[in-house]
Amino acid sequence: MITNIGYGSLIITFVLSLYGIVAAIYGERKNLYRFVESARVAMLLTFPMLTLVALSIITLLVTQHYEVQYVYNTTSQSMPIYLKITALWGGQSGSLVFWAWLMSAFASAVSIRKWSRDRDLLPWVIVVSLVTLAFFLSMIIFFENPFQRFWASPGSREIVAMFQPAGTQLLIPNDGRGLNPLLRHPGMVIHPPMLYLGFVSFVIPFAFGIAALITGRKDDRWIRLTRRWTLVAWMFLSIGLILGSRWAYDVLGWGGYWAWDPVENAALMPWLTGTAFLHSVMIQEKRGLFKRWNMILVILTYSLVIFGTFLTRSGVLSSVHAFAQSAIGPMFFIFIGITFIISLALLIKRWGDLKSEGVMHSLLSRESLFLLNNLLFIGILVVVFWGTVFPLISELLTGQKVTVAAPFYQRSTAPLFAGLLLLMGIAPLSAWGHSTWKTLGKAMWKPGLLSLIVLLGMIISGVHSIGALLGFWLASFAFFITIHEFWRGTKARHKRSGENYLTAFFRLAARNRRRYGGYLIHLSVVLMAIGIIGIEGYQTETQAKLKAGESIQLSGYTVTFKSLAEFDTNDGRNVARAVLDVSKNGKNLGQLYPRRDYFYDSQQPMTIPGVRSTIEDDLYIVLVNWEQISSGSATFKVFHNPLINWLWIGGILLIFGSFVAAWPDQERSLQLERKLASQNSSVVPVSSSD
Amino acid sequence: MENETTPKKGLSRTTIIVAFAILLGFLALLGWGLRNAQAGPVQVGQKVPTFDLTTFDGEVVSTSDLQGKVIVVNFWASWCKPCEQEAADLERAWQIYKETDDVYFFGVAYVDIEPKSRAYIEKFNITYPNGPDLRTTISTMFRVRGVPETYIIDRQGKLAAFKIGPYSSLGEIQAMIDPIILQ
Amino acid sequence: MGFKKLSLNLVIKFTNILFVPFMLFALIGVSQVYAQSGNPPTADQINAIAKQLYCPVCENTPLDVCPTQACAQWRDVIRDKLVAGWNEEQIKEYFVNQYGDRVLAEPPKRGLNWLVYVLPPIFFLGGLVLVYKNIKNARKLESTITSAPIVEDDPFLKEFEDVLRKMEENGKNG
Repeated sequence: MITNIGYGSLIITFVLSLYGIVAAIYGERKNLYRFVESARVAMLLTFPMLTLVALSIITLLVTQHYEVQYVYNTTSQSMPIYLKITALWGGQSGSLVFWAWLMSAFASAVSIRKWSRDRDLLPWVIVVSLVTLAFFLSMIIFFENPFQRFWASPGSREIVAMFQPAGTQLLIPNDGRGLNPLLRHPGMVIHPPMLYLGFVSFVIPFAFGIAALITGRKDDRWIRLTRRWTLVAWMFLSIGLILGSRWAYDVLGWGGYWAWDPVENAALMPWLTGTAFLHSVMIQEKRGLFKRWNMILVILTYSLVIFGTFLTRSGVLSSVHAFAQSAIGPMFFIFIGITFIISLALLIKRWGDLKSEGVMHSLLSRESLFLLNNLLFIGILVVVFWGTVFPLISELLTGQKVTVAAPFYQRSTAPLFAGLLLLMGIAPLSAWGHSTWKTLGKAMWKPGLLSLIVLLGMIISGVHSIGALLGFWLASFAFFITIHEFWRGTKARHKRSGENYLTAFFRLAARNRRRYGGYLIHLSVVLMAIGIIGIEGYQTETQAKLKAGESIQLSGYTVTFKSLAEFDTNDGRNVARAVLDVSKNGKNLGQLYPRRDYFYDSQQPMTIPGVRSTIEDDLYIVLVNWEQISSGSATFKVFHNPLINWLWIGGILLIFGSFVAAWPDQERSLQLERKLASQNSSVVPVSSSD
Repeated sequence: MENETTPKKGLSRTTIIVAFAILLGFLALLGWGLRNAQAGPVQVGQKVPTFDLTTFDGEVVSTSDLQGKVIVVNFWASWCKPCEQEAADLERAWQIYKETDDVYFFGVAYVDIEPKSRAYIEKFNITYPNGPDLRTTISTMFRVRGVPETYIIDRQGKLAAFKIGPYSSLGEIQAMIDPIILQ
Repeated sequence: MGFKKLSLNLVIKFTNILFVPFMLFALIGVSQVYAQSGNPPTADQINAIAKQLYCPVCENTPLDVCPTQACAQWRDVIRDKLVAGWNEEQIKEYFVNQYGDRVLAEPPKRGLNWLVYVLPPIFFLGGLVLVYKNIKNARKLESTITSAPIVEDDPFLKEFEDVLRKMEENGKNG
């Protein structure tokens, strides 16, 4: 019953989206606005319909309908209810439904906004959104139907089908196979939805960009309309990436947070272009420059989103993250091909229209610094893209499999990231249009001096590595400049309005969210950079086999092996858990419990490190191996990860900063503020421009 | 600021062609990779290229010397538990077929280390030629996904059958090989 | 021929310049020979080599932290070879011969593999040229146009800037 409701709604949504596409195009061609309006309603309706589909799957998952293949494959009786619900995105077909559902949510949200000023864009936004949606729906319906059930034919053969084949009976297994244990982690529960949200919401800026290309509108209306969408998409993508790193750190037990795995790279690539886009749109808004470049970036970002999804799900590249082999590969390939070719063709067609309206005036102007920022982001993208794709090329052309692993990426991207840190310091101080070394120097010398003091302090305290010194110096430079910017703004507001500094600070940030949200994000990047330099440059590790009572030392810590116990839990795991005493310089710091869980149902082990985390460093202990009770010894790998916590602290600040930047302005309070400002303006001595 | 009378400055023909060529080249690459990924193991009926196997005893055996014979290629590893299930049966099958001079067995140790491989061969008394998969060339050729996997090449040098996972009995092995001998 | 070689060298130099500070990191782990000391190699010595190798059964995970049985065996091989007096390079070469180039963290620098190392710097260089051209055009124009700073379109920011400027001027005078 539920399966039929779910499947029926899927079909209806698919038909709705096809209708929407046709109606929008017809209405646009024939200039019949009511058809476009009808298409808009169709797009609006996809959301409730797909909500019904998602709810059907969730109902099946929660009520343990193991006769449904998807439920059987992703859940088992021993799983807690929240994992049963989130199993919606635990497998291929469910996650496609989830993706489509999110996508329809965004499409609906777009369709409710006021379109009066942008009627010409509407039909094409509808077409692009609905084509994408229809594509995902067709994959679900024709290749990855989550509502397929098991049927037993008289010869006791097992058939998987949507509808009852003749002469068969429903086959209801007692229990399911359960979710991959690696995915049973709170971080993993919210990591995929965040990534999907990020991916999906980039469809909207892309749809507007394409609509602008098709209609030939030359203004930057599409950019102003999608600015906040882009920011939201970027925020979700960032959260997804951060959560993914945290998950890897907590669960994979190899002492790191980012492996440069193809699937991670696939998610990083649109983030890189998205970040570049967020910066370069400002140039177009303020100065009318780089229209073409922005169009390229938005197309590239969306292309990388679907390209990444294709890589992850088609089995073209092997990776620890990869979904099982599936039939959607060729479909996806065709979709990618069509999207890329049409986008490129449109871009070429409108190339002449997208001429810059102004020119750059100076090397130090903000726009040219932003241009450098874009160059660096694209440089990183090229490294990541090429490193990800090259093994495929090598295998195809020479038959030789090769690995492009972390060292390549670290070495090639580190200088580029360093350059970005430097620009992050300079660019906020330079003015649009024109800056000189003199003006820049004037704005920069105080924070610059502070950062040099930090550098000096580090050299005195014994930091020798040039890379680390450079990195920390750049980080502190960007940090002080950003803080200084906050300070300048607060001081000015304080002078003007007489508010105390704290109020002035909050009001300042609240009234210029985009700017100060952006600065908060800059600060968070600085913090993350500190964490990354700490772990990349100063991580130490040691491994040893210990008998009970023996200990190993690492970076001032002493780790003593006390005992190890192996036991079964009632949720189907075999757990080996070690108890270790940790002390530093003779001071007892308590115990750590690294363990290894073995999941009987999926026959998969999971290594969970014991971590002692402080602002300064993490002590991260992995249980590598152990012998039977007789000899009572176990092998441990101990990592000392300096400063890693700043990566997570920065991550949280980044999320907060993007919230600030993306939060909708309240029109009324803004107006009030303006009024207030005009009343108070007499207080401010009007200065003539110099 | 937009001036209607300015002639549109489009892209030169060369740029357009280059842009499309790059895009299509990239798509072709993806398509090719996808086809390979989807193809799975070597298809039945496909011609299998000849290969050399350097055995643990240092001999080099080549499938090119065995044209007209049925060749059974078994991929295994000492770290692979399921492989142990079929090891004894494979050896028994070899004992049966070795007299006929129609069927030859090759054992290929996949991503394994030599001492362990030798110990494994000793443990199961395996007498047919076995050797490491140097530079993983043989397993790449067959597009092996894991172990155990067994491929049977017919007298014409084409792949006749394959088995992913372990054989459960001697009978199963014979049932697979016998019809191929008769072809 | 000669020219080809020269251009290749230039590319190498270029990558070097770009990556100098970060090459320094890599140089710290220079190989040592352990066996002469007579002691069995420690787990850390094994891991130092294992870190640079990638096993085909767990993609993209370095050997020192890979949890599978096959990888544990590989680490044993490294230990055996160290005991036998092999050095790091010999052991890596052994693994390459046994299991192919994919055990290395990066493709060996030969043949088609050069593309991995050469293409990103070329791209970056190309980008740099584009940016330079853009800015050069701008400079040419600059000499003809006297440009004032673009006025902030945000009234509040503009106001702040004005206030700050005023404050600074007062500070100077007073």
